[in-house]
Amino acid sequence: MLDVVNLECRRGDRRLFSDLSFSLSRGTLLHVRGRNGSGKTTLLRALCGLLARETGEIRWRGEDISSLGDDYRRDMLYFGHLNGIKSDLNGIENLRVATTLDGDPVVEDDLWYALAQMGLAGFEDLPTKVLSQGQKKRVALARLVLSGAPLWILDEPFSALDLDAVDLLGGLIAEHVAAGGLVVLTTHQEVPLTSGQIQRLHLGT
Amino acid sequence: MKINWFHYSSPATFYGLAGRLIPWFAWIALILTLAGLYWGFFETPDRLGGSNPQKEYYRIIFLHVSTAWLSMWLYLVLAAWSAIGLVFNTRLSYMMARATAPTGAIFTFIALWTGSFWGRTSWGTWWDWDPRLTSELILLFLYIGYMALHSAIDDPRRGDRAAALLALVGLVTVPIIFWSINCPDPNQCAALHQRSSLDRIDPNILWAMLTTTLGLWSYSFAVILARVRGIILKREADSQWVRDLVTAESRA
Amino acid sequence: MWSVFRCILMRDITLAMRRRTDVMTTLFFFLIVVSLFPLGVGTEKETLRILGPGVIWVAALLASMLALERLFAADYEDGTLEQILLTAQPLSLLVLAKAAAHWLLTGLPLVALAPLVGLQYQLPPDALLMMVISLLIGTPVLSLIGGIGAALTLGLRGGGILLSLLILPLYIPVLVYGAGAVTVSMIDLADTQPYLALLAAFLLLALTLAPVATSAALRISLE
Repeated sequence: MLDVVNLECRRGDRRLFSDLSFSLSRGTLLHVRGRNGSGKTTLLRALCGLLARETGEIRWRGEDISSLGDDYRRDMLYFGHLNGIKSDLNGIENLRVATTLDGDPVVEDDLWYALAQMGLAGFEDLPTKVLSQGQKKRVALARLVLSGAPLWILDEPFSALDLDAVDLLGGLIAEHVAAGGLVVLTTHQEVPLTSGQIQRLHLGT
Repeated sequence: MKINWFHYSSPATFYGLAGRLIPWFAWIALILTLAGLYWGFFETPDRLGGSNPQKEYYRIIFLHVSTAWLSMWLYLVLAAWSAIGLVFNTRLSYMMARATAPTGAIFTFIALWTGSFWGRTSWGTWWDWDPRLTSELILLFLYIGYMALHSAIDDPRRGDRAAALLALVGLVTVPIIFWSINCPDPNQCAALHQRSSLDRIDPNILWAMLTTTLGLWSYSFAVILARVRGIILKREADSQWVRDLVTAESRA
Repeated sequence: MWSVFRCILMRDITLAMRRRTDVMTTLFFFLIVVSLFPLGVGTEKETLRILGPGVIWVAALLASMLALERLFAADYEDGTLEQILLTAQPLSLLVLAKAAAHWLLTGLPLVALAPLVGLQYQLPPDALLMMVISLLIGTPVLSLIGGIGAALTLGLRGGGILLSLLILPLYIPVLVYGAGAVTVSMIDLADTQPYLALLAAFLLLALTLAPVATSAALRISLE
């Protein structure tokens, strides 16, 4: 469903990688690895369509993502280095905004449910600036519980999480892949899957 | 014969072409500008205008009008290169836009300066918020804004594209800005500046102005091509052909 | 589509309400600038009447511009801007929502304060009315055009000064006709009609074109 052909990306004047090609079908997890500075984040941002590419194509369901535009973004969810939550809003408000932007049809109860799933019961109405780093990340990740997008692009999602949260997130990802979704992931840990296949991509060699 | 329109859009090939063209433009510029100025200073009547003639000092228009025309023309050129760059995503277009800006700014400044002198001698004041002079001032701000935005952004790619967008936004707003300055009271529009009266000018003066303009235009070609060569070398410093060039030059 | 617009609009307003000092600083800046001029130029009634329209408009411009930096900067820093860029909704719509919030928080209060400030400048009632109307039409244009500059200078050092350099030339038409309308109203109220028509035309133009340019600028800045 996601095809990348001869992708080349630059950062400033440096060429990070070139002639990169891979194909992902339903129920696949792509684990992107590489040293710091090898272009992992750049690759993920390129897959989101945030970066204009030098050369190469990225196709979703057979069509180039630049021509798909909004249709591609509807099918996709991106989680970057920054949490993407406002510190002055509380968990529920943040999640409400995130799900509205994602276009997921949710009701109020779903928001409470999602936060509870992420282990934040009792913390939902506190402004996120008083939460710890790990808790903030849990709020940010709660989107995944409610997301209907088939493609997840996650950049270092496990960082700052404690062991419980790591298990939670691992479970969410595994469920998603088992249900036929795709995940593109950068992380330094292994993600155990219940079903579906894992592809590995090593950048920088 | 199939024309490869994009052959010279590679910095490497354009570098050579530009180098060969510069001497031609430089010579043409020198000849035309000197000819225009000579013509303007020696072959034209001593007075300009009918009812309230201006004296010898009017000759400053040969510089003033030429530089003013070119300052506006070069902004169009800048915007055109920016548009081409954004549409075709060619690096060289952005480099050409970047090379054009300083020359445009300089011409705008000279137009303002010579205009100020002319104002002093004919209206009795160094500066008057006359619509055309004010419009030139705003044009100068637009050029400076373009150059400032470019230099404030470290990532050359982002800098190119952001400045290009700014140039296009400027292009759309420039007519509106100029018009609002020229016509601040829509109930009655009035301007102090000499109404453009090209058809009522002594042909000698007109030709001298055009010659100087062509000369300065040629000068801008030469200078912009020279500048873009410098930009190309700097941007493409990592590529093989530049390294070869440097080693060849150092050996010579 | 409308729900996303409302979501972003309410979000921005909620956030601003939780940090009310930011909004108040802009208003106080406006008041201070407007109060400084008579101290520097002279408090003669006639002088004030001549200066008033221009000074109040310039102060409104500057105050609006001060608040522009915050339009996208905070969202850029915590990653929410990225998420906004990745929605399935047209980006121009979301940009419009943010500009609308900016106007409600900055422009509208200025419009409300304008009569008070106009009184300080001894403006007659006709002029006060024109001040309010011209600002009402003109300040949204400032928010919209300012958004382009804010998007282009996102994350840059010296962003504020650079933003002013880029945006102020673009503000000139609004200034000329906005202040002009107030000045002319002191001579003959009927003459203000073409001014207001022009301002309204600018507003329409800005509503249609500025969000598009701002979206393009955001994509460029977030690469």
